[in-house]
This record gives sequence, C-alpha cells and structure tokens, in this order.
Amino acid sequence: MSLGLIPNPFMTSESRRESMAEQSAVELQHEVIPRLQEIQEKFGYIPQEAVEWLSSQLKVSSQEIYGVATFYNHFRFNPPGKHEIRVCLGTACHVGGGEKILDTLSERLGIQPGETTADERYSLERVACVGACALAPAVLLDDEVHGRMTQRSLKRLLDKVDRADKKAAKGSDE
Amino acid sequence: MTESEKIEVLVCLGTGCESAKSDLLYDKLAEQVKKKKLGDKVEITRIGCHGLCQQAPVIAIEPEGLFYCQVGDDDIAEIVTSHFIKGEPVERLYYESPEGERIPHYKDIPFYSKQHRVVLKNSGHIDPGSIDDYLAVGGYKGLERALKEMSPEEVVDEVLNSGLRGRGGAGFPAGLKWKLGRNAPGHKKYAICNADEGDPGAFMDGSILVADPHSVLEGLSICAYAIGADEAYVYVRHEYPAAVASLKKALKDSYEREFWGESILGSKFSLQIHLMEGAGAFVCGEETALMASIEGRRGMPRPRPPFPTESGLWGKPTVINNVKSLANASVILREGWEWFKSIGTEGSPGTAIFSLTGKVRNTGLVEVPMGATLRNIIFDVGGGVKEDRTFKAVQTGGPAGGCLPAEKLDLPVDFDSLREAGAIMGSGGMIVMDETTCMVDVARYFLSFTQQESCGKCTPCRMGTLQMLRILDKIREGRGEDGDIEKLLELCDTVVNGSLCGLGQNAPNPVLTTIEYFRDEYEAHVKDNTCPAMVCKELVKFVIDPEKCTACGACKRICPTGAAQGKKDVIHHIQQDLCIKCGACYEVCPPKADAVMKIPAHSELAREIGGAK
Repeated sequence: MSLGLIPNPFMTSESRRESMAEQSAVELQHEVIPRLQEIQEKFGYIPQEAVEWLSSQLKVSSQEIYGVATFYNHFRFNPPGKHEIRVCLGTACHVGGGEKILDTLSERLGIQPGETTADERYSLERVACVGACALAPAVLLDDEVHGRMTQRSLKRLLDKVDRADKKAAKGSDE
Repeated sequence: MTESEKIEVLVCLGTGCESAKSDLLYDKLAEQVKKKKLGDKVEITRIGCHGLCQQAPVIAIEPEGLFYCQVGDDDIAEIVTSHFIKGEPVERLYYESPEGERIPHYKDIPFYSKQHRVVLKNSGHIDPGSIDDYLAVGGYKGLERALKEMSPEEVVDEVLNSGLRGRGGAGFPAGLKWKLGRNAPGHKKYAICNADEGDPGAFMDGSILVADPHSVLEGLSICAYAIGADEAYVYVRHEYPAAVASLKKALKDSYEREFWGESILGSKFSLQIHLMEGAGAFVCGEETALMASIEGRRGMPRPRPPFPTESGLWGKPTVINNVKSLANASVILREGWEWFKSIGTEGSPGTAIFSLTGKVRNTGLVEVPMGATLRNIIFDVGGGVKEDRTFKAVQTGGPAGGCLPAEKLDLPVDFDSLREAGAIMGSGGMIVMDETTCMVDVARYFLSFTQQESCGKCTPCRMGTLQMLRILDKIREGRGEDGDIEKLLELCDTVVNGSLCGLGQNAPNPVLTTIEYFRDEYEAHVKDNTCPAMVCKELVKFVIDPEKCTACGACKRICPTGAAQGKKDVIHHIQQDLCIKCGACYEVCPPKADAVMKIPAHSELAREIGGAK
C-alpha cells in the first residue's frame, strides 16, 4: 500500500531521507508527526490501518504512534463530515460571545464539539485561536473564516449551506 | 510616465482582512485594472497585516500613503475610475475618526501615528512574497554584516549589549542565552525559532510571519552563526496556514539567494533550516515540550536544568528564540546595538508588540516603545473602549497572564512592571474588557484552557486546575459557598509551586488577579447569586416584555430550540425550560420594540415573569 507521501524538502535533509530505511527506530521517531500530518491531509483523519502501515515504515510501535497522535489536538480518528465547522474560542472570541455561537450550533446540528452528524454532513470542532481576533467572534466553515459572527449571520450562513447542498442533491438525482 | 508616478495599491491579506474576503478584492482590482488597461500605471501588491484590523479589509495607496477602510466589493469600480483614472480619491472610504472627521493618510490616523514601528516596520509595506522587496529595505544587511565583518563572539556581544530580552514572554536576556549556547561544549548545535503562537487572543507572531517572513529567517541565520549551529528549525503553528505558506516561500527564495544552505554568502558558515508544523498542542510553546515535539514525541515539558543551551534537541546545545526576538535581532545587527538601546526603557530596551483586541475601538497590531503605559496603548492607539462603554480590565499574557483594572492603566508596559502587578508581558496578546465582561467568566475561560492543555505530567497542574475549574463552575452557576474564594486561592498556591513548567506555574494568574482586583464580582456571584455583567448563563434569564412585544416573530424565527413562542398578532414569550440562553432573541429583537430583556435570574422581576407563562 502506498500513501503517496509527498517529500517535504525542508523537513529532512536529502541524505537523511535516502538512508531512511537503514536507520534505527530512534532516528525515525522524528518522522512520526510530519507523516501523521500527511496521512490526515490525505484522508481527513487517521485510519487505524495507516497507523499500522506507518509503524512498519518507521519501525516505531503503533502504540507509540497512537501515544503521540492522541497527545496532539490536531489529529482525529474518525472521518470528518462533509462540512467542517470550527468555532474559534480564543479570548477575543470568547469575550465576543463565541461560546454562545457554539451552543447554538451544537443545538441546531444536534452534536457536541468533536462529533459528526449522523448524516455525515457536518462536523463541529472548537479551536483555540485562529488569529482573526480583530473580527471576533469567528467561525470557520470548511477553512474559510467568517468574522464578526452574530446569531443572525450564523443562521444565514448555515441556511445557505443547507440550500446549496439540497440543490446539489437534487441536481444529482435528476 | 515615470516609475515614481506609478500608483501602488497595497491590498492587505493579514488574518483580519483575509477573513473579510480581501483576496476577492485583490482579484476584482486586478480584473478592473486589466479591463481599463491601467497595467502600466497601477501596480497591485498583496501585503501582510497593515495593522488596523478593525477597519478590515483595508487598502493602502502608495506613494501618497492614502488609506481606504472597510472596502467593499462594489467600491472597487469607483476606486478604479475615480481615483486611478480621474485622480480623485474616494473620500468616503477614508478612515473616520470617532469625531466624524475623515482622515486620508494612514500616518495621520492616531492608531498609526502613536505607534513606534521597529519590527513591524515592513509589515504592510512590502510584498512578503518578494525577497527583492525585503532586500530593497535593507533586508539581510544584518546577516551580511555578521558574516563578513564580525566573529560569532562579536555577534553575541552585539545582542548582549543591545539588552534585547526574549519576546516569548519571560523576558530572559537573548544575548545571554546566545552566549550560553555559544560557550556550550560540542560541535553539533541547534537554533530554533519558536513560532508556535498558541495564546488565544494573540496573532502577532503569525502576522509577522505572513507580512515579513524574511526578517525572522534572517534573525535565525544570525542566531545560528552566533552560537555555531549548522542546523535550525522553525516550529510553526499548524493552525496558521498562511504563515506556513509564507515561510515555505521565503525559505525557498532565501535558499536560492544563499542566505542559508552551504557557504552562506561565500563565507565558511553553512546552515540547514527545517520547517516543522506543530500539531495543535498549546504546551509545545514551552521550549522543552517544543523540542520533544520536534523529536516526534509527546510534547511534554521536562525539568530544567539542564537548560536547552546545555542539553536541548537530541541532547545537543540548543538556543530557542521567539519570532519577535529573532526579527529584533535582524534589526539590531543592521542598525547596531546603540540604536536599539535608545528605544524603550533601561531594563527593557526596544519595543513591545501587542495584538490589541476585545472591546476596544481600534483592534489590530500595535508596536510601541517599552515603557509606554497601558493607557497609551488602549486609549491613544486603540481609541478607547468600543461603543463608549466603561473600561473594566485589560488582560495581557494569554492564559498565563493576568487581568489589570482601571487603576493600573498608567502602569508602564515592560517585563518587570507587568509582572509586579500580577500580569505578565507574555507573547503579546492584549484583550480589553468592558462592563459587559464578567471577570469570573474570564478567569474560568482561561483556566479551562490551561486545564485542557495541561500535559498531565505534574499532578498539581493536572488535578489542581481541574479542582479550581469545578469551584469556578460552581460560582458561575450560582452554587458558590462561603469559603470557595479562599479555597481557590489555596489551590492557586499549590499549582504555582507544584508545577514544572511555565504552563502550570502561571495557570492560576488569571484567577489570582481577578480575585485580587475584582473580588466584589466573585462575592456578588457567591452571596447574591447575581452576575453583575449579566454574562453567566445560569444567573440570567431572557424574557419578553409583553407591553413592548409587537409580535413580529423575529425571535421565534431565530430561536434554535423553539423556546421563543408565539403566533401572528399574539404576544411572544420564552419558554424558560427550553431556553439555552444563547441570546439570539435578544440580538434580533428590533430596536424599536426592544421587548426581549436580559434580567438577573433570581430577581423579583424574573420570579414575576417566569411564573406567568
């Protein structure tokens, strides 16, 4: 199985990469996080098979890899929904009412942060800070930042996505 | 037409403006300019954060220095025809002062005129994607001077003499760190740029990396030369895709121009730079945790000593510097330490950079000399509190920092005086709070953050913050008891003294400072079951004034739970047991009706209205 990992010229020096297979496990440990990032980039989450594959490639035990992966917030172990909503809960967003935005989303979608809706259309996440503090509170919909969120603009945003999805579904039925 | 007459249009693509869809503005501008065949007269450039995020998206027009604020899609055509073709600037897009005056040039806007930009000098003025732009403003002159005219020891001395203190938060003298790294025995050494800016409410480092990435890389090369490292890492936060992209481009360009790689600028010094993206762990901003993360392990801090300068990455001597420290180092090597020392205060030379956010009129990126007061920053540069509300507190230093009240507004901002007041300089987040901010809620917010981000190694940090969080939750929900505040203070003491790293040692700061300066608010929660700022959910109630309700249905339409009920021509009401207190109804109720009220949950009025369905 090949995951088609893209070599990053800045991540490791060429010489180190070439001799990767011959190196001992200790020396390959530093590859764990960048490789996990590539896997998540490709699949949207970390599938179990990928961990086992990575373990055999890097000669690092899959327990160790899981230990590292679960430590970092970035990695997820279940597939994300079609639309990823991330509510920024940085300080400026918190003071600006981000928590209420999250409550509303959670209520409307019927899921808690970290979960995906049963129809796999939405997943909801909280994020510490995306740096759009000047436009607090901010919501990220599929990586696009929507700033100065209000309950009204939030509703409008979700309604728009729902409409677009419905239209697309209808189009594919015909 | 001569080159100097060319109109240069700078479109800001900092985080603020980008969120306000400035990339679409850029496309539209380019399209219009092409359509009107203005290609040889107008040059459009993408820039990093210009600073005044509040007015996003912004466009600056050089060389005149004109500044357009909150530019909309539909303004582009007018800018092109009126300004670029007829030469008549669009005055209605100028910055409007609170007094209603239009200010055409950004240098005249108090937000800019009251700043002193050293590190941010290039931000918003050069194309971050062009190494030639950086070279044109004196870029890589510092590195060149270091490599061609100075020995590594002299470079260390230069930084030592400048008095530069680490801008990551603690303020450890950078020159001393470099000296320790230089003097550490061993051939293999590492230099690391800590760009894992995790503090919620802080975006300076990310902005610098987007707006002026070469200044940081130059500083990193200088640092590596000074300490004798042949390998360097930039550890950048994964949540900043724009910063990652900017760094990748800058690394590629600077490599091609031999600013890193083999035999830099023809000297004997070689340096390999790696880029590593973090994976979303706040604690990795701590240096030993960051190194563990580069090594591919769980990012858990370890006890110091040994300090990284002795035994760091893979056990080798390592010097870690914050983004701003390195950007400062480039300037110091270019301009000389005497110049740098002339800015700021005796104990903290140079400037302080803040991302000014919260309930302040001008949010954005701010750089002032060290020693400027909080009042200078919040009122002179920031323009005071939004909507003319009353200033209540300012929070500096992120989750490890503290909240300072109005009495402390004249405190000079430097490493030492902030620490004395109970806050810290931190990495540079500054959040302004007004009377609608609840200090108990703020303390709980920061603590919940550190509690979640605690790596779990030290029990006082892992369990102590959890216990504190439970007490704060109790207080916030109106279940507080006598003695809770004292218990909190006791726990603060345990967590501070029983934790290995800065995360645990500083986690109680927000709680300590809010209790010290805003104890009455805690007591109002505990004794009177009220939240004076009307923030804490359990202590407020949303009700509809039947006298004022016009049955317009706005609240019913927006309510996510169906708690707001009513029919056409029938006065609406809120079914309290369904209400999640999101405040949507309160927000959308038309101002002319103003029927939805937020009232204390345990007041007489609440009992009256709550009783009658």
